[in-house]
Amino acid sequence: MLDHDLIRRTLTTALRTGGELAEIFVEDKASSNAVFDDGKVENLSSGRDRGAGIRVIVGDTTGFAHTADLSESGLAEAAEAAGAAARSGGGGVQEIALTRQDAPRPNDIAIFPEEVAKARKVELLRRADQAARSAGSSITQVTARYGDSRRRILVANSDGLLTEDDQVRTLFTVMAVASADTGMQTGYQSLGRTIGFELFDTYDVEDLAREAAERALLKLSARPAPSGTMPVVMGPGGGGVLFHEACGHGLEADLVAKGASVFAGRIGEQVADPRITLVDDGTMAEEWGALAIDDEGSLASRNVLIQDGILTDYMWDLLRSRKEGRARSGNGRRQSYKHLPMVRMTNTYVLAGPDDPAQIVADTPSGVYVAHLGGGQVNTATGDFVFGMTEAYLIEDGKITEPIREGNLIGNGPAVLASIDAVGNDFAMGSPGMCGKDGQGVPVGDGIPTMRVPALTIGGTA
Amino acid sequence: MTAAQPELLDIAARIAEMASPGEQVEAYVARSTSTSVKAYAGEVESLTQASSAGVGVRVIVDHREGFAYAGTLDEGAVLEALAEARDNAQFGEPDEFNALAEPDGVEVADLDLWPAGLEHVATADKVAMALELERVTTGRDPRVSAVRVAMFADARGEGAVATSTGIRAWGRAGNCHLAVQALAVHDGETQIAAGLSVGREVSDLSVEEAASDAILRATRLLGSTKPATQRLTLVFEPRMTATILGLVGGMLNGEAVLKGRSPFAGRVGETISSPLLTFVDDPTDPRSLGAETHDGEGLACRRNTLVVGGVLQGFLQNSYTGRRSGTASTGSAQRGVASTPGVGAAALAVAPGSGTHEEVLGAVEHGLFVTSMAGLHSGVNPVSGDFSVGVEGLMVKGGELAEPIREATIASTLQRLLLDISAVGADLEWLPDGTGGVTLVIPDVALSGS
Repeated sequence: MLDHDLIRRTLTTALRTGGELAEIFVEDKASSNAVFDDGKVENLSSGRDRGAGIRVIVGDTTGFAHTADLSESGLAEAAEAAGAAARSGGGGVQEIALTRQDAPRPNDIAIFPEEVAKARKVELLRRADQAARSAGSSITQVTARYGDSRRRILVANSDGLLTEDDQVRTLFTVMAVASADTGMQTGYQSLGRTIGFELFDTYDVEDLAREAAERALLKLSARPAPSGTMPVVMGPGGGGVLFHEACGHGLEADLVAKGASVFAGRIGEQVADPRITLVDDGTMAEEWGALAIDDEGSLASRNVLIQDGILTDYMWDLLRSRKEGRARSGNGRRQSYKHLPMVRMTNTYVLAGPDDPAQIVADTPSGVYVAHLGGGQVNTATGDFVFGMTEAYLIEDGKITEPIREGNLIGNGPAVLASIDAVGNDFAMGSPGMCGKDGQGVPVGDGIPTMRVPALTIGGTA
Repeated sequence: MTAAQPELLDIAARIAEMASPGEQVEAYVARSTSTSVKAYAGEVESLTQASSAGVGVRVIVDHREGFAYAGTLDEGAVLEALAEARDNAQFGEPDEFNALAEPDGVEVADLDLWPAGLEHVATADKVAMALELERVTTGRDPRVSAVRVAMFADARGEGAVATSTGIRAWGRAGNCHLAVQALAVHDGETQIAAGLSVGREVSDLSVEEAASDAILRATRLLGSTKPATQRLTLVFEPRMTATILGLVGGMLNGEAVLKGRSPFAGRVGETISSPLLTFVDDPTDPRSLGAETHDGEGLACRRNTLVVGGVLQGFLQNSYTGRRSGTASTGSAQRGVASTPGVGAAALAVAPGSGTHEEVLGAVEHGLFVTSMAGLHSGVNPVSGDFSVGVEGLMVKGGELAEPIREATIASTLQRLLLDISAVGADLEWLPDGTGGVTLVIPDVALSGS
């Protein structure tokens, strides 16, 4: 992506006035999006973002600058700005020898986005619209979106690291609106993988569209969600975001180090039911959070965070792992070359447990069954989290009965983890997610088996 | 940079002038510079100096629309974006209402949104402010001895729009802020809360304001417990009212109305809220940090009255939705370089009602003073209006603030909440996102707890 001598000279410039580590992150991202809304292809858009972020680390201070100008002078200017920002004192030139490291990719890409005719992308949208509208006469509006991106990155630093990745992601979403006397309801379904257009060889956009439409139709007749605290059974896949919020964020080493996590200082402790093993895994082939290297050049890896209920590790980026003198875990990520990396999740999931999913429901006299969750949010300091249920049902006498309307669930991460009392022997990954932290969004995946939390608070009105 | 002959407008105009016969071309060009200093444990944790620029090109031909953008103003990339937008336009379907904005004669407000002094503030002074913010925040209350981060940040940007239909618009604005996340620790419990101070110039900022705001917010939640499930009166502080107003503003968007995604469609002239409520979107009000001279299509921003005395006055429109709905653009096109213009509010504000914050609160016998809401993106459906969010706050007893609560939700619909408003305070407060909120009281809302 960039001449290696130029990279070396840029890193040398960044360290000219001193500093312990200089890093250059080069990104070239091409993306395309097509929107079908209100019965027609609204537009096609494409974009290109190309630039470099340079950081210099001196003690506890990081200086950072970025530029869209990848010429020798553009890079030198950014390198000097980053070096000056770090306000290093010493000075001196460092000899930098770059060693290229090849990172194994979780999976290959069969069909790159730029090889696909635009007409084929648009055609998918039209099919999705038709499928959603034919799901029922109450479907009054459909929005289908196709998006792809190819993000090539290069990371090099003054420790000699030089590595690259080529990340291709493809996303398809459908939102349907159903209308009746009772008002309007929405249904949403999405599909995203870290692969190219071959995604649609395996998955049918018409199925996706029907699922979105059926979700909207179902809610037209849904009862108001109950309010109060009750048992909640989470369906496979649909509840992964619970773990992302309930404990994932609290296991990010930057938050832990600052005392902003309820999980600080608890390594080795029993934090969850022994049936719970939680993993963050950037190497999970094709999943939405998959990568070969993170945005600091560390190899993606599979990290066990909770083993049989015992907290075993946090997630790490370069800064925190340097400080603690330990290995990085492949969790240093950033939204783009314009952002500083920080500790982020990749694909976060709970392994299947011992229990029969049908029996879990049958053993629940009354409560709520959550088939699909929307997003969530957590306060890592208290562990209190919320997440939205976008498809949920009442459980009455051990049976899944009537659908209920949307609402948030609220709980406390450590309390919920410790109280989970059933973990199914099924497992599914959930929908592709965009995780936000300090204003930066990165793609993440999550997954769970069926499981039961004996007491969660449902934010309904009934 | 000089105000006399904006270079960005030249660039935008040059692209617009490349329109072929029968083709409309719009270029939106933007450039910004920003600084951010984060302080932690008495040191500069990070210092970021950044400048960005980009161009978005929209082409409409035979009523078909195509769009492309480039994250640079490099000549080659700009031409490539134009070519891509042209190519993309072949795949859009014709829509008779697809067309670029045309000059509508509305006068541009005389606003000075440019922080001329900010340019001359030395980086060292910005660093000193961030460090000072951390020092003040951690030195006042024994329970607050650390922050997650204390930050100074500023941003200055300019943007230009030019079209082959005769639009030539340019504007610039900037602002800065101090933000701190304070950690309050007591009896093994930790609470975190943010304090802010925002303004256009550094002289508008107050370390004291941000620090004391964060300390108060973090410490008053210590010892909070989960309340019982009940129905009660909610008192929203101005910050929370502004958030709710933003959600309602999104539902008064002409695009959502046209596409059958707004519960307020077809209700202009009808009562949609308590008669106590009046609100406007007025980007020409310089008190709002959302103030701007031009919208994303280059039309002059203007004052749009949305609800007066509870009666819906109209919707926000860009040129497409205005044309298609048989009205006109309200100068409400919102966009970035990487997207086509949508519709949105820039500076929503509630008209002040009556009573100070204390007077409004003092009239509430039993309720909850809501100081934070969580899960807005997952718990509020802008199409159905279903509303269910996590809350933290302080109970209100006999008109006084009482014990803190957490891990609870409130639920209703936005339509219901609006109709039930029983008091609107006079304590207008302008928030960092440009919205103006007041203390708001809504009785009989479902609170879900233990």
